[in-house]
Amino acid sequence: MRAQAGKTQTISARKKRERHSVNLWCWLFMSLTLIFYIVFQGYPIICSIQYSLLDWSGLTSSADFAGLGNYLELINDSLFWNAFINSFKYTLLLVPCQLVVSLILAYILNNDRMKGRVVYRTMFFLPVITTASIVGIIMIFIFGVSGPVNALLQTLHIIDEPVQFLSDGSIALYTVVGISVWKDCGTYMIYWLAGLSGVSKDLYEAAAIDGANRRQTFFHIVLPLIVPIGGVIAILCAINSLKVFDIVKTMTEGGPYYATDVIGTFVYRQAFSSEMGMPRLGYASAAAILFGITVIVIGIILNIAKAKLNSKSQI
Amino acid sequence: MKQTKSKKTVKTLISHAVLIVIGVLWMYPFLWMASASFKTNDEFFANRLSLIPETFTLDNIIRIWTKANFSTYFINTVIVTIFSVIIVLVMTITAGYALGRYDFVGKKVLLSIFLASITIPLVSTIIPTYQVIRSAGLVGTRTGLILAQSGGAHVIFLMLFSGYFQGIPNELEDAAKVDGCSFFKTFWYIMMPLGKPISITVVIMQTIWTWNAFLLPLVLTLNNPSSRTLAVGLYAFKGENTVDWTGIAAGGFISVIPIILLYIFLQKYFVDGIAGAVKS
Repeated sequence: MRAQAGKTQTISARKKRERHSVNLWCWLFMSLTLIFYIVFQGYPIICSIQYSLLDWSGLTSSADFAGLGNYLELINDSLFWNAFINSFKYTLLLVPCQLVVSLILAYILNNDRMKGRVVYRTMFFLPVITTASIVGIIMIFIFGVSGPVNALLQTLHIIDEPVQFLSDGSIALYTVVGISVWKDCGTYMIYWLAGLSGVSKDLYEAAAIDGANRRQTFFHIVLPLIVPIGGVIAILCAINSLKVFDIVKTMTEGGPYYATDVIGTFVYRQAFSSEMGMPRLGYASAAAILFGITVIVIGIILNIAKAKLNSKSQI
Repeated sequence: MKQTKSKKTVKTLISHAVLIVIGVLWMYPFLWMASASFKTNDEFFANRLSLIPETFTLDNIIRIWTKANFSTYFINTVIVTIFSVIIVLVMTITAGYALGRYDFVGKKVLLSIFLASITIPLVSTIIPTYQVIRSAGLVGTRTGLILAQSGGAHVIFLMLFSGYFQGIPNELEDAAKVDGCSFFKTFWYIMMPLGKPISITVVIMQTIWTWNAFLLPLVLTLNNPSSRTLAVGLYAFKGENTVDWTGIAAGGFISVIPIILLYIFLQKYFVDGIAGAVKS
């Protein structure tokens, strides 16, 4: 009896030791990720909050504590609100366009028997892998007054005068949205294709037997089935759109007259650019924090909304 | 029967015709960039719509490569990409393995912190990141850029690896344990080789992302033009030579062609990675 008790004790002791070593190894395996996470994401987030309370150019070691001064100034800064609203305008315009265009492409390409679908997929995906900043620069010319788009429209006599796609404040943001849809469409097409591959082929055949055409099949059978993954795609798209920087910075620099200025370009201008005089790291950080919080809150709200919708559709 | 078949053929032809027209429009900016790279400046402005250069010239490519420092930018981009890919691969395959196969103390907390950070925009962390690199004395160096590019949690890669390792049957691991393999040996000799498909996906995705990165290299190379990457280099070149459009096109062409070739040959892995990201 006693011997047995001793045995189980040594077994449990060994198990404990094993668990201990597994824990140790796991943390060792996590360590590299953790170090890079802490140095380049965790610490910067906390730092940003600290900076946002300072009046600091970043060039000197001394910084004055400003309390909530930066935040108060931001709330009264019409350029900040302009950028803030533009970020949301951009997102609200882009997400629906992007979801519809990419879904149409995905639905056409979601056909195993279609010849050359890999070639088409490659074509539509090409802009995704291209550097956004380079796309932005090239597009300045393509949509420029003497660029090919205007040349084509003029040759076809659709317009008489060249359209100022990027230098007319009233349409520049729409041009940027349109180019962004083109640029990232491939990613969302792949997301949709992943969702569509989950729809059983039998359903298409059953619908065909019942005499439904492709459009009817889509709206009555496929669409309801891919709404859940559509929610995920919409959230990803919204979050990515709110973060936009590269293409705006290179294509319009936020102009003309701040018409396409988004939070990314606003923060950059305050922190790193000399056009506004001394850099203001504290002020820029406050703007970044305020915006970061907004994005996180929106992310949470969208996630809750998605969960609610999904549970509703299950009932 | 015959009629429906011919009707079907017509339908297929129409859908292909539509797809080809959309595809060409879709590709137009690339075709434009490629053709402008090989046009003379005169021809470029004389005929704005044509895509085939009448007089084929390599002057633009040579000018950009030798006089506008694109050779330096190119080497910088290659070095930064290679090293950051290696770092990211090592850190995500080890972490993904631990997360996928073991229950360890603190796992849930780590996972939720990593997941929550997806939403945090880079602009919110760029200023302190710059300060971190600066206090290490690495602003304007390739090392600084490599480290900063490797930063973050790489949630998608962690998910891909942990999901994959989770799916490997336990028998393999048990057999290894019986043979006396330690934690590390099991990983090194059995799991890591098995993870090859995901490793390739991660390498390609990280290569494309690092190659295309803009904000980080822009900020970290502000004081030292010779450390610029291609994405930043072209932006700076455009700022200084606003009218040299054939040069700009040639610079863009040089910058995107390696990544396009890489993608065309290995696209399966990249597409699988993107699809896996949304599924998880």
